[in-house]
Amino acid sequence: MKILVPLKRVPDPDTKIRLKPDGTGVETDGVKFSVNPFDAIALEEALRLEEKLGEMDIVVVSIGGEASIEQLRVGLAMGAQRALLIKTGAALDSLAVAKILAAVYQREQPDFVLMGKQAIDDDANQTGQMLAALLGIGQATFVSRLELVEQRTRARCARETDAGLESITVKLPAIITADLRLNEPRYVSLPGIMKAKKKPLEELELEALGVAAVARTTVLHYEAPPSRQAGVRVPTVEALVDKLKNEAKVI
Amino acid sequence: MPELQPLPAHLIGGNFLLTETDPGRVFTPEDLTAEQRLMAQTAEKFMEKEVLPHLEALEHQEGDWSRRLFRQAGGLGLLGMGVPADYDGLELDRATIVGVEEQLTRLGGFGVTCGAHSGIGSQPLQYFGTEAQKKKYLAKLASGQWMGAYALSEAGSGSDALGLRTKAELSADGKHYILNGTKMWISNAAWADLFTVFARVDGQQVTAFLVERTFPGVSTGKEEHKLGIKSSSTRRVILEDAKVPVENLLGGVGKGAYIAFNILNSGRFKLGAGAMGAAKEALRGATQYALERHQFGRPLAGFGLIQQKLAEMAVRIFAGESAVYRTAAMMDAVFATGETLAATEPPFPRGLEEFALECSIIKVACSEILDDVADESLQIHGGYGYTEEFSAARTVRDSRINRIFEGTNEINRLFIPGLLLRRAQRGRLPLIGAITKVTQDLLSPAPLEDQSGEDLLSAARGLLGNAKKLTLFIAGVAHQKFGDKMIEEQEVGAALSDLIIDVYLGESAWLRTAKARSTRRETSVLADLTLQFINDAVGRMEGHARRALAALSQGDELRAQLGMVRRLLRWTPLNTVARGRSIARRLCERGSYPALLAAP
Ligand SMILES: Cc1cc2nc3c(=O)[nH]c(=O)nc-3n(C[C@H](O)[C@H](O)[C@H](O)COP(=O)(O)OP(=O)(O)OC[C@H]3O[C@@H](n4cnc5c(N)ncnc54)[C@H](O)[C@@H]3O)c2cc1C
Repeated sequence: MKILVPLKRVPDPDTKIRLKPDGTGVETDGVKFSVNPFDAIALEEALRLEEKLGEMDIVVVSIGGEASIEQLRVGLAMGAQRALLIKTGAALDSLAVAKILAAVYQREQPDFVLMGKQAIDDDANQTGQMLAALLGIGQATFVSRLELVEQRTRARCARETDAGLESITVKLPAIITADLRLNEPRYVSLPGIMKAKKKPLEELELEALGVAAVARTTVLHYEAPPSRQAGVRVPTVEALVDKLKNEAKVI
Repeated sequence: MPELQPLPAHLIGGNFLLTETDPGRVFTPEDLTAEQRLMAQTAEKFMEKEVLPHLEALEHQEGDWSRRLFRQAGGLGLLGMGVPADYDGLELDRATIVGVEEQLTRLGGFGVTCGAHSGIGSQPLQYFGTEAQKKKYLAKLASGQWMGAYALSEAGSGSDALGLRTKAELSADGKHYILNGTKMWISNAAWADLFTVFARVDGQQVTAFLVERTFPGVSTGKEEHKLGIKSSSTRRVILEDAKVPVENLLGGVGKGAYIAFNILNSGRFKLGAGAMGAAKEALRGATQYALERHQFGRPLAGFGLIQQKLAEMAVRIFAGESAVYRTAAMMDAVFATGETLAATEPPFPRGLEEFALECSIIKVACSEILDDVADESLQIHGGYGYTEEFSAARTVRDSRINRIFEGTNEINRLFIPGLLLRRAQRGRLPLIGAITKVTQDLLSPAPLEDQSGEDLLSAARGLLGNAKKLTLFIAGVAHQKFGDKMIEEQEVGAALSDLIIDVYLGESAWLRTAKARSTRRETSVLADLTLQFINDAVGRMEGHARRALAALSQGDELRAQLGMVRRLLRWTPLNTVARGRSIARRLCERGSYPALLAAP
């Protein structure tokens, strides 16, 4: 079986985000980058399926500049067999990314795509859904449990919804997006990092893929949220209730 | 001993004092590859997600947390990094290993557990063991399945390590050595499976043995109550007619001193490197606290005196770290020649011995930087720092041991000039010629090169060059006065050491900045840190020089020599207040030390 896992390069969740003074974006110099945590969960799930079901072809793909190679190497070090970088310097939005991934899907013909439900930088949460629509295949989003059933032709998934856990079965191929509780990704072990050096990493210009991916949205301005005000200590429960009612007006 | 192959100038131990180094030849943290950084990140995550959350249990040695996390570290490859691939190690170079170990020392005790294992616990076997011995034990150690320990010290012999009394006698059937004695202060003793024990064969020749914990006659004492590094184990190892098979003798009868001291070189280097990891962690905590804590309506980070502390910490860490990476790569390069020294059977790698001097410098400098950083971090935390609410108090306790073990800082300070002299006498270092030349140059009336210089960094390099001259000159004066009895003049020896330490750290920082300048667009932070370090070093060096000379000379001669000190160390003080504030401001913006160095 072949599983395609997209990995996005994002600022590390523990890094301090600073905006460019002119508000055109986030300061990237001196910022540590990581694999989008939801993508790492998706890859971990693919690796666990491989451990359970036997050898699989797990391909990680990233879209962006040379710098994204770093994240692909992490994917290879975790255990993916092959990596693919779609090279572009263009600013992309979710739909553009979905279109590129659709082209990658056509090229790779995986049995299914396992990806993060959203990226922690723009928090858009729509690429997976768009990709499924573009390809005309099924989707299971916000998945917190995954099992392949019926001779691996379907995926039985638990989805985390506002109403609770929803169990669905989707026919493969499909797009499955990972939620936080699906698993806890493994560490990138040092032997894994050494092995990754010898694994194939292919670089492909976006043009060579034959998709015209143009962002339809533009970000006009970034603004930092107001910094948190200092808290106050309340002497009694009554005082707290009073403040919640009359000052914060939340109860 | 067969002739040693000549090494390139920058790879001769101690030669930095006699020559100038080309920045292109030094390795700096900026040169680390993405892969090397990724390895350090694995260790960072492991510490954050697995180790630090169990701090309490580890510090109280509850359950088997230490052992369990140790095994887990082994599974990630963190314990066999320097071991050859043939023995299930990763065969990584020191420059890579440093980055990983800097993470493990963020919890002092756990750092000691891992460090004592992969350093002094495994390296005697790795570098001095026979094939058969390595086959039997090394892979087990590299994977963390077994834990190693190093048992040299005894109740009566610490600094004077060769004063050890533990005995080894060949059994009647010639199959075993019977060991008797008690080893003191042995790190990892509670959990270790394999001890490298030093004992005297027939009460005479110091010899190393590989002793399994389960050999008959081996036991350990009760856990010591220590000031710090409480999550590490320290106990006596008691040998009562312990039966050690003859094939577990390491390196040959009477070769124990070679093993003990050469392993200590590596241990000292690792200690210093680890201390920088702990210091960066302390600085991170201090920075964060200074930003969060408000007094007089401002964050602490807004006050000049706090900024001064933060900047000073960053400056000294920068210099220490620069020296650590520079030395790591030099050691790697000499290891890579494959050359061995035939003093033991089998012979051991020259790389273990060549930079004994630099290893001592790093041990002393980095342990003292860590102590000062830990202390000031606690101070920034105020009353909260004195409690267990933050890690500052623990860091102060944990850091203190680094000045004591792996040779106290006094012993290391004495070792530095002693070693220089020995290498000179054996013709490995052209020290005497250099001293003669410097002395002649300085006593001739020709004016010194003007160091006012167009730009501050070149002036700083000139100053470092002069500081080397001054050090050699004082060494010459001392040698002339005391000859081989100089060893008894400890205060003068230590003053020379302190000069040498500041020269090495200052130069390492300088070379790092110069190298970065040639490859990166913006290096103002690196330059600021370097200049601040060298500026502060000038005052220290002047003090050491004056103290030493005043003990060596008097009257007109002394006055003339002091005049020379002033001339050589002529330096217009920099505005360290302004520069310190700017360093602290950037540190606070970036939030941590490594981020401070990234290009703006
Ligand atoms: C927590 C801990 C862990 C340890 N782990 C290990 C281990 O794993 N394996 C091991 O073998 N050992 C270990 N040691 C022992 C350690 O290496 C010794 O404690 C150290 O070498 C100092 O020896 P000592 O304690 O006997 O002090 P001493 O040698 O008695 O020194 C006392 C003081 O006198 C000074 N001094 C001694 N000689 C001189 C001199 N010639 N000139 C000037 N000053 C001098 C010293 O610098 C020191 O300040 C450990 C110690 C501790 C505390």
